[in-house]
Amino acid sequence: MKRILLSLVVMACMLATFACERRGGVGGDNNTGPIRVGYYGDLTGRTSNFGVSTKNGAMMAADEINKAGGINGRQIEILSEDDEGRPEKAATVVTKLIDQDKVVALVGEVASGNSLAAAPKAQAAHVPMISPSSTNPAVTQVGDYIFRVCFIDPFQGEVMAKFAANTLHAKTAAIMQDFNAPYSRGLTEFFESSFTKLGGKILTKQSYTQGDRDYKGQLTSIRSLTPDVIYVPGYYGEVGVIAKQAKQLGITQPLLGGDGWDAPQLWELGGDALNGDYISNHYSVEDPSPAIQKFVNDFKARYKIVPDALAALGYDAMRVLADAIKRGGTTDGPKLRDAIAATKDFPGVTGVISINAERNAVKPAVVLKLQDGKYVYQETIKP
Amino acid sequence: MDTFVQQIINGLTVGAIYALIALGYTMVYGILRLINFAHGDVYMVGAFVGYFLAFQLGFAAGPSLVGLAIVLIGSMIAAALVGIAMERFAYRPVRKYARMTTLITAIGVSLLIENLFVAKLGAAPRAFPQLLREQSYTLFGNAAISKSQILIFAVSVALMMLLQWIIFKTKVGTAMRAVSFNLNSAKLMGINTDMIISFTFALGSALAAAGGVLTAQYNPQIDPLMGILTGLKAFVAAVLGGIGNIPGAVLGGLLIGIAETFVVGYGQKVGIPTTFRDAVAFAILILVLLFRPTGLLGSTVQEKV
Repeated sequence: MKRILLSLVVMACMLATFACERRGGVGGDNNTGPIRVGYYGDLTGRTSNFGVSTKNGAMMAADEINKAGGINGRQIEILSEDDEGRPEKAATVVTKLIDQDKVVALVGEVASGNSLAAAPKAQAAHVPMISPSSTNPAVTQVGDYIFRVCFIDPFQGEVMAKFAANTLHAKTAAIMQDFNAPYSRGLTEFFESSFTKLGGKILTKQSYTQGDRDYKGQLTSIRSLTPDVIYVPGYYGEVGVIAKQAKQLGITQPLLGGDGWDAPQLWELGGDALNGDYISNHYSVEDPSPAIQKFVNDFKARYKIVPDALAALGYDAMRVLADAIKRGGTTDGPKLRDAIAATKDFPGVTGVISINAERNAVKPAVVLKLQDGKYVYQETIKP
Repeated sequence: MDTFVQQIINGLTVGAIYALIALGYTMVYGILRLINFAHGDVYMVGAFVGYFLAFQLGFAAGPSLVGLAIVLIGSMIAAALVGIAMERFAYRPVRKYARMTTLITAIGVSLLIENLFVAKLGAAPRAFPQLLREQSYTLFGNAAISKSQILIFAVSVALMMLLQWIIFKTKVGTAMRAVSFNLNSAKLMGINTDMIISFTFALGSALAAAGGVLTAQYNPQIDPLMGILTGLKAFVAAVLGGIGNIPGAVLGGLLIGIAETFVVGYGQKVGIPTTFRDAVAFAILILVLLFRPTGLLGSTVQEKV
């Protein structure tokens, strides 16, 4: 009884705080001084490779724009918040960025689950939010202030299903999904439907959750069914270990994955066991186009590492936002929203970006093969 | 058939780690009637000490058995010191108060260790260097056992035998059994009970650290919160075997490991989703508490350490 009472009191206090917080709101920008843009992402949590990489990309874009004179004479200032990869924290830091820091727009998050938690706050405050790389369709469905500069899961799942069926000639597949991640479940769903449509058969669907220490139980079940390919649409931390344990069990079939695999740490965990696996991704560092090579070289010069797809998307998200502020000539929420929605044929490093009616970017995806710490370009699949 | 054998091997691997950690829970409980909730975090500390040792001593570059042995022993010693410090500075000052006080202190120590590591090192998983040249041996059909699994079995069996020897054949072991029987009488018999309690913490912590380094060879992903769930499951294992009972802790650990793996491996066939893996340990806990609160091997009058 005491506990219930206590939690009621705590809840009441929290509600009271929230009620007081939404003062001021939009219009904090008085059209002089730097343009404040909020960035939020996982900087210290389990997927911090994602958040840090994206932030690096966004910071580099902002610095380049500032060096070139800023937007209509005003500099961009990025205010960064760490959500530790936790949805509830994402919602909190976004509320802070909007209410206290009075940012005019938000860039973030990577993981769909965190974007989904934060998006309603941005929508309610009419502050436009551009997710660099949340691919779950539900993210932009939160409202008309939520955008993204990447493709969505139905497409990414379809890309891998097409690649498996057409290029690898796979007839059967097994799926191993990260049960608690909307990202992974979304990809699983769309891979399954596309692969089945292409005449393939899903033999089994196994699940794990982030932070599991042993995957051999699931992998042994999968092994006994001898599928042609194994689809593992998870995040790098678990996937690296899954690949390693699969090889220990003598599983030689290729594992297929998505953009969630792309992080330097994947190789530390998986090592040689990853060789021969395939992922769908947003861009390839091997792409010879001058714009991409310039980005890759500048990024290497600045951060001493090769930019992964998330860095490229962070870079693009920031530049799409800057372009919209420039075109719209304002940082006023509704007008900025309209300007972002009107983005057409923007030349990003991850492809030409046009925002469609669902506020998603329509772009092709690439399939990469994992080999000795490198991602070898295989093919581009168009929407 | 080979799938079944494979699942048993998988389950025993996981179970052996639970058993190593469960031993620490059960020994401390046997002596102090304290459930040391920070014990799972000692397992994490062990893995991290191993991680830093491997890098500092230059073993991270390539596989080496000598390196593995040094890292393993080094992290066991470090964890033993952590265990002693934990007992000296957190539990000893509150030992004379009600049991609830020490329990809450244990939870506090657990949170302190976790958040200290998150603050210092970040919560992102790190890749533990591979000190063992990984290789798989086929037993028959498809059933295979990997080197890291053999290592886990060999080291945990060796450590358990060593523990058995310490408890039953040495003077300090006799003293431990005396303290677990009755702390005050043991004190009257001239046993330095504080020293024995410290020793018990050191022993349990060293075993947990060994578990941490061994798991890290099997699954190289380590993070500051890795001890929470594993620790809780090891605690369930200790309760299942009969808390305070040493062979019980080992049995409980192996059973929980196998139960978990079977839920994953065969659950779907009978309608249990794979994601119930983590739930099964706690379901077992509830069943044990309802139907056999003393655990499988536990009884009310029993030598306890």
